[in-house]
Amino acid sequence: MNGPRPARLRSAAVPAIAVGGLAIVAALSVRIGDLPTSVGDILRVLSGGGDETQRYVLLALRLPRVLIGAFAGAAFGVSGALTQSIARNPLASPDVLGVTPGAAAGAVGVIVGAGEYGGVAGPASTVGLPLAALAGGLLTAAAIYLLAWRRGVDGYRLVLVGIGVQAFMMNLTYWLLTVGDVADAGRAMVWITGSLDGRGWTDAVPVAVALCVLLPLAVIGGSALGVLQFDEDTARNLGVRIQLCRAALFLVAVALAAAATSAVGPVSFVALATPQIALRLAGVARPPLIGSAVLGALLVTSSDLFARVAFGGVEVPAGVITAVLGAPYLMFLITRQRRKAHV
Amino acid sequence: MLAVRHRRRVAGLVVLLGCAAAACLASIAIGSKPIPVGAVWHGLVSPTGSEDDLIVRSLRVPRTELAVLAGAALGIAGSLSQGHTRNPLADPGLLGVSSGAALAVVTGIFAFGVTSTYDHVWLACLGAIVATVGVFLLSSAGRTGPTPLTLALAGAAAAALMQGLVSAMVVADQQSMEIYRFWRIGAVSGRDPTVIAQVLPFLLVGAALAMANTAGLNALSLGEDVARSIGGHVLRARLIGVAAITLLTGGAVAACGPIGFVGLVVPHLARFVTGPDHRWLVPYAGLIGAVLVVAADTVGRLLAWPGELQVGIVLAMIGVPVFIAIVRRTRLAQL
Repeated sequence: MNGPRPARLRSAAVPAIAVGGLAIVAALSVRIGDLPTSVGDILRVLSGGGDETQRYVLLALRLPRVLIGAFAGAAFGVSGALTQSIARNPLASPDVLGVTPGAAAGAVGVIVGAGEYGGVAGPASTVGLPLAALAGGLLTAAAIYLLAWRRGVDGYRLVLVGIGVQAFMMNLTYWLLTVGDVADAGRAMVWITGSLDGRGWTDAVPVAVALCVLLPLAVIGGSALGVLQFDEDTARNLGVRIQLCRAALFLVAVALAAAATSAVGPVSFVALATPQIALRLAGVARPPLIGSAVLGALLVTSSDLFARVAFGGVEVPAGVITAVLGAPYLMFLITRQRRKAHV
Repeated sequence: MLAVRHRRRVAGLVVLLGCAAAACLASIAIGSKPIPVGAVWHGLVSPTGSEDDLIVRSLRVPRTELAVLAGAALGIAGSLSQGHTRNPLADPGLLGVSSGAALAVVTGIFAFGVTSTYDHVWLACLGAIVATVGVFLLSSAGRTGPTPLTLALAGAAAAALMQGLVSAMVVADQQSMEIYRFWRIGAVSGRDPTVIAQVLPFLLVGAALAMANTAGLNALSLGEDVARSIGGHVLRARLIGVAAITLLTGGAVAACGPIGFVGLVVPHLARFVTGPDHRWLVPYAGLIGAVLVVAADTVGRLLAWPGELQVGIVLAMIGVPVFIAIVRRTRLAQL
């Protein structure tokens, strides 16, 4: 292990480098697409010039898509860092715990219920869909927390109850898929895989607001996270009201995951993998919040860029890319798992 | 004490057989067109080709047979999984089996244009077997071997990877989506009757291996060291067990789609009566599984009458509360 100063330098360097990477990916995402645009074009449009087509493609299509990917990725990253710290388990993420599957069930209910030949239109699409996802995520989280409660919440029991609830939500979602028209089911399938296709400014606002409000709360509450690493008795001796602290941070984590899911769908493995990558890159003991946020944003935006351009004319949902990258990583983590999980 | 337990086991077996007969009768009689018990008997024993006879013989009986077979297979596979992992939460359905089967079927449709349901069954069997073996190996790769957490999460990781690939294919191709969505939910209705003959060999061999495995499993439940010292072959018992689990689960999933929670819940119900002796537990789990799936399928027809709910969603409604009750009741040290 390095001494204190190099370690601090290293944990500050990771987010800084990731921000640089994010800037490059964002620039590429804005530039690459069916309408060829040069760097000059981008600068002209950003300073108020450019022709009408360029302005539309850049400002109404590509820019909001990059931003929503970055916001949602950051929210997933912070959410995962919080749940992993609360459960003291590197594998406890909002996906595994059933929060994002709950949000997905809510959204699929709207798509199948209000959809018409593959499209949800009007208020059902702009308000109903994200709202249903948000409500689904929050209600599922509340159910998990209450069901895991037995004279306090144990991290291990939270994980197992979450797995059970997640399985139920998945079955509910698959049942909903059989109810509607096949075109609606296809659209719902894209949604539950996680996709940034066709997202605009209105989708970006809720997740941006959630991030602005909740990230500072998470950072402030994060000082207690170190104490949550200890067992119950040690934490109590240190004067931290551990159950209250856990509940509050769990709420912040769930709200972030639900907001991000309502914007882009349950993009798999971002919340699980990024905190662990951030932790190992920074060489610290528990998932760093800011590092997880920046890496989450980088993972989602780069997966979306890859999904958009790598397969020629065919665009695959970004969630496919994150799952194919993230799942082997989770398997790697499992094979290294010790008897008692360490974050 | 032993005599009392023995009498209880035999009595329980008689009661269960009665339940199974009643559930099958209800499953044949109840549906969008209710058929009186007398007409059911008529259709089974001396059919004359009336409308009721046709419904009984060509629709209700095949789906009831399928439910009995799938339920028994999943119940037995569940009791073996829990016995071998000494883990009350091990369920073949949580181990990535269904996603493996789904990936194989969807790949067949999407990439190779396989459209016959006959071939889908072979593909599903293959995918299920590969996925189960993979997840078992993966979860055993850690320092402590398979624990409840590593098994559940290795299953989740494998499922997510395969699910991602399935999503990529079904969103690109509407025909794949149409087949996939009705297969995924898990149902015993609307399956081709030839499916039964196709998977029956898998299930019979699996069940025979399972029964042959029970004595070894009893020895293993004392711990590997003790089992070895009283002359048990640990590795052989493990291999027979995994082979039985994959054949039974693969056959059931191939025929009906992924039906969850039978393998998880049924062994716990069986253990209430039989205690830990696998020679009794395994056949009990098979019978209870059959009763549960037939009953859930019948309940699904009542809940949404005159339509029906697929057996998979009915079982999730029953199974998840039981799973959570087990997690809450079990002391965490034992998990």
